[in-house]
Amino acid sequence: MTVSQTAIAVTASSEIPTARRRSSAVGEAVFATLARLAGLFVLVLLGAILVSLLIGGIPSFRAFGLSFLIDTAWDPVKQVFGAAVPIYGTLVTAVLALVFALPVAFGIAYFLTELAPHWLRRPVGTAIELLAAVPSIIYGMWGFFVVVPLMAEYLQPHVIDTFDGIPVLQDLFAGPPFGTGILTAALILAVMVVPFIAATMRDVFLTVPTVYKESAYGVGCTTWEVVRSVVIPYTRISVIGGIMLGLGRALGETMAVTFVIGNTNRISTSLFGPGNTIASLVALEFPESQAGSLKLSSLLALGFILFVISFIVLAISRMLLPTAKA
Amino acid sequence: MSATLSNPLAGPMRDSSVAGRLSRRRRRTNGIVRVLCGIATLIGLALLASILFTLLWRGVGGLSLAVFTHITKSPGSGGGLLNAIVGSLIQTALGTLVGTPIGLMVGTYLSEYARQSMLGNVVRFISDILLSAPSILIGLFVYAVMVAPAGGFSGLAGAVALAVIVVPIVVRTTEDMLRLIPVSLREAAMALGAPKWKCIVFICYRAALNGIATGVLLAVARVAGETAPLLFTSLGNLNWSLSLTQPMASLPVTIYQYAGSAFQDWVQLAWVGALLITFGVLALNIVARVALRARH
Repeated sequence: MTVSQTAIAVTASSEIPTARRRSSAVGEAVFATLARLAGLFVLVLLGAILVSLLIGGIPSFRAFGLSFLIDTAWDPVKQVFGAAVPIYGTLVTAVLALVFALPVAFGIAYFLTELAPHWLRRPVGTAIELLAAVPSIIYGMWGFFVVVPLMAEYLQPHVIDTFDGIPVLQDLFAGPPFGTGILTAALILAVMVVPFIAATMRDVFLTVPTVYKESAYGVGCTTWEVVRSVVIPYTRISVIGGIMLGLGRALGETMAVTFVIGNTNRISTSLFGPGNTIASLVALEFPESQAGSLKLSSLLALGFILFVISFIVLAISRMLLPTAKA
Repeated sequence: MSATLSNPLAGPMRDSSVAGRLSRRRRRTNGIVRVLCGIATLIGLALLASILFTLLWRGVGGLSLAVFTHITKSPGSGGGLLNAIVGSLIQTALGTLVGTPIGLMVGTYLSEYARQSMLGNVVRFISDILLSAPSILIGLFVYAVMVAPAGGFSGLAGAVALAVIVVPIVVRTTEDMLRLIPVSLREAAMALGAPKWKCIVFICYRAALNGIATGVLLAVARVAGETAPLLFTSLGNLNWSLSLTQPMASLPVTIYQYAGSAFQDWVQLAWVGALLITFGVLALNIVARVALRARH
């Protein structure tokens, strides 16, 4: 690059007419400035999102202080708002979703990189990626009209009967089998993050040098042993990055969760119990909030908290994942 | 490759006691993992099939010309989705038109002007975080800076929210595609005396056009199905309105309102809308992928 720029400087000074040289210098200055401004715009955008949510939430933070974070009340009549229940719901559903999604995503990545015949890899990979393209609201409808009835009719009554009388488990799986609830929301979220985690895993699995894998095969390893002892250790950090990316996605999902979580502001000990998340609470309560009310301010404060949580998770993910190819 | 190399212990060693037992156990483990991973993949494919089948099963029955020629009406009076479809088209188009040039310039900045710089790294980092940031927060943001001060929901605010989502998607693909342009191509342009910006606009953009267009298509596919950011910005509108300063209907928000209603014909229309939007979005995705593959 530097060499070519010097070359241009030399030609420019000697042969190109002055007027034309000046106009192209102006063009260059304008274009470079535009590009820099666009780069700065991204930073301003993120700052603006953060600051606008913070400013919007100030009346609420001022009214409730730090207890906003641990208060479980959400009472528009008494004008008392707390964030504990939605924060709990957000974290529990997202983490549960990862627990369900991880084995499936790993299986898909393993299948796509090691097992599938080459002609099959592209169509299956594309199909899994399309799962990530389905809009959130479609997952909500599918969850509400397909998964919820299945849960209510088959899974939940069965599980409740099985664990009845066993300590801890009977509390974890208690309650009327409505079909909606924390567990259903986590399952839907799991379906939504599987393609993200699987695609990241597949991409980083493919970065393992063939020589490493072949030397393992050379000493007699089976495919599974190669993946366990060579591929996974080699890609460990990126795999964790991919998982964090999935977590970041699950934390902020709105429409799908709103349809199936039951939308109750209560911390339930049962996974079948209803709950809410920050995103679902904001989506549901927002239309009923007056502009300038304490409730709206509390919703913006919740948005700020969600932003901070997602930012941390996504930042960790971004630091662990390999950066753009140089 | 793996098939031939993975079983070097098959053969004579199989029957010799200890080694044979060990080898059998290892191969059994390998077989079990193989089956489990196959099942995981089938689960993934079955989920996609289940979603598409549900949409077809519930949605196709309600498809009719009226869906495209009538606007949303009160339950029982045979409305369609015309205003929602048009509203979605307007907001998606406007959001893409606003977001694409910004994303293009940011991607250019990252690839051509700030490849190694500290500021470039920060911008890249932040842009990647915006790419996965919860879309509902974008909606809250636009509400706080546009809707609340202006005193009302508007189609324009919806388009701005979608534009904010478009930017990081276009940034990612633009930067990736520009980075693929060989240095020799740039040097050839510069050797002819072209200033850097002409080299970028007339050589690099042209060479990367396919990839950049793919990014834009993917961005369109993503925002066309977004619901949460529109709830707080364009709100939705059951009447016919093309005004950008008024609340504007959109397909996802209408689906959301209708799917949760108690009226059979509204729920049916929600399924039709869901069918249209999903197949539209998936078709865009497939076109984008095919276009990109044709190039490389």
